[in-house]
Amino acid sequence: MSILVDRGTRLLTQGMTGSTGLFHTRQALEYGTKVVAGVTPGKGGTAELGVPVFDTVSEAVARTGANASVIYVPPPFAADAILEAAGAGLALVVCITEGIPVMDMLRVRRALLGSATRLVGPNCPGVITPGECKIGIMPGYIHKPGRVGVLSRSGTLTYEAVWQLTSLGLGQSTCVGIGGDPVNGTSFVDVLRLFQADPGTDAVVMIGEIGGSAEEEAAAYIRESMSKPVVGFIAGTTAPPGKRMGHAGAIISGGSGTAAEKIAALRAAGVVLADTPSGIGIAMARVLEKRGTVRA
Amino acid sequence: MKIHEYQAKDLFRRSGIPVPAGSACRTAAEAAAAFTRLGQPLAVVKAQIHAGGRGKGGGVKLVRSATEAQAAAAGMLGRALVTPQTGPAGRVVKTVLVEAGSQVEHEYYVGLTVDRARAAPVLMVSVDGGMDIEEVARRSPERILREALDPEAGLRPWQARRLVYALHLPAGTLRAAQDLLARLVRLFLDEDCSLVEINPLVTIKDGALLALDGKVNFDDNALFRHPQNLVLRDLDEEDLREVQAAASGLSYIALDGNIGCLVNGAGLAMGTMDTIQLAGGQPANFLDVGGGASAAQVTAAFKIILSDPKVRAILVNIFGGIMKCDVIAEGIITAARETRLAVPLVVRLEGTNVERGRELLQQSGIEIITASTLADAAARAVEAARGVPA
Repeated sequence: MSILVDRGTRLLTQGMTGSTGLFHTRQALEYGTKVVAGVTPGKGGTAELGVPVFDTVSEAVARTGANASVIYVPPPFAADAILEAAGAGLALVVCITEGIPVMDMLRVRRALLGSATRLVGPNCPGVITPGECKIGIMPGYIHKPGRVGVLSRSGTLTYEAVWQLTSLGLGQSTCVGIGGDPVNGTSFVDVLRLFQADPGTDAVVMIGEIGGSAEEEAAAYIRESMSKPVVGFIAGTTAPPGKRMGHAGAIISGGSGTAAEKIAALRAAGVVLADTPSGIGIAMARVLEKRGTVRA
Repeated sequence: MKIHEYQAKDLFRRSGIPVPAGSACRTAAEAAAAFTRLGQPLAVVKAQIHAGGRGKGGGVKLVRSATEAQAAAAGMLGRALVTPQTGPAGRVVKTVLVEAGSQVEHEYYVGLTVDRARAAPVLMVSVDGGMDIEEVARRSPERILREALDPEAGLRPWQARRLVYALHLPAGTLRAAQDLLARLVRLFLDEDCSLVEINPLVTIKDGALLALDGKVNFDDNALFRHPQNLVLRDLDEEDLREVQAAASGLSYIALDGNIGCLVNGAGLAMGTMDTIQLAGGQPANFLDVGGGASAAQVTAAFKIILSDPKVRAILVNIFGGIMKCDVIAEGIITAARETRLAVPLVVRLEGTNVERGRELLQQSGIEIITASTLADAAARAVEAARGVPA
């Protein structure tokens, strides 16, 4: 079992014919993801890597039965691409694009209110259910099928954690990158709720960072509603206030959004926190051993 | 992107938001002429730097004659102004704003930003104008009123009324205040701002409203559709190394420690800094080479790190996914040779083609301390930095 994506996911790629889209579509196909369509306005009727290309998302959906989309469209056009995917009724839209204006995302969030579409990202590595479906830019080989859920605001830090889990023999149910932007589609709480309900997930690794209050909201949810153990790491203990640390969302402003506040909130909710990224895998292994959960 | 107060006020003026008469001056003689042109008995000379707390550092002076204006400007221009927000080095003043003085009755606060948790722009007002608003937010949050906005509709009339009545403004200014708020919201939305602030917004003796100060920050990601705002950028206000890094597609932030860091990915870069601190050291910088860095970018990153004289050791931490470790290794070798690297170099590589990458580093003949985990790498870097005299 898993969340969000599995063998039944039929993926379409918006912006497939660009160099980034093409590169990652090839990787996804090699991983075994069912990429059924590409969408690039003006290139309808052609094909790339054996995948048919359409002018619009709605046509691609009608012709191929796609049920999820991944977006590699440049920032000026990405918000519109998200709305097009939602307009075509896709259940899952994963937006990889980095650098989308905040105002565009505010409008997207408002437009998606009450919609059945789940947006993951933007500015995220994507979603992978190891052995079944890879959507996004994460290296496939570091993953291993299993029962630990992983969610994160960061890309390479997620790879680091996943690699440690895999090296310790701890496979993953699904890994979700929610993205490093201040306004995104899916929150930590949204994903925690899915992992809590997923019978294929025994425990969760959650990787947060400075800025905003998503980790504090996650802590409140974990305290009140989560029975599965959560191991965490918060990046940015040493980050100075007022400086944007790479991600648009990773900034301590007005004295709030500090790592110390987030760590305190998560600890109070019973989350086991690793001091360094190097300790995430071991911390999870210990938690699972203590619980007597079978490794898989 | 930040801009100066005089630039923010130009935007206000063009948006129909009342600001005092004034002009930006680059010499003391210009400041004297500006005073004369205002034709008022009282004016204010304000140093233009991208930092607050200017009054505390002597960057705001009241003047009553052209001679006084000239002297005040001469005392500011070309000198470093130190305020609580600039750090000990301060910022060199290149421009002063000479502005008509106002007889202030009351001071208010008006601000606009994006509320991340609600995913909406939020308009904030307070009767506690002229004070540090973050201090007000901490001590008495109930004194700040907020309205979350629909980014399509802007400020709705009822929202403007709610805020304006709550401020207990003089009866004669209610209409003008609602109009001012609506115009400010339009400016925020139309120009893709990340922050717009008037602190203080004042009522003056005849009951009119005036934006006495102005702060506007733009969303960097949206500048592509506002080329007219891009020209307002003042590179002198930014860290030279950060600007150089951005030009090479790198994200760099200078810090106070002595261990230079080169990492791929923002989260991992922060995690690396944290690990160094836990090992007893201090990072000299945050540096994210991005997900698909080339050998050339790695070389550029080395040069930027080494341009910081505090650096006593370099820690490279790369998790090669899409970016392959052998390519990174080649970049490191080239960079070490080109920069004639004289400080210890600790390298931790993991991921795609890691064996080949490690082999290349070993065969290069360059003295490299290798580590297998991040914790190990940080400990070695801290140890290495201690061995290099300052």
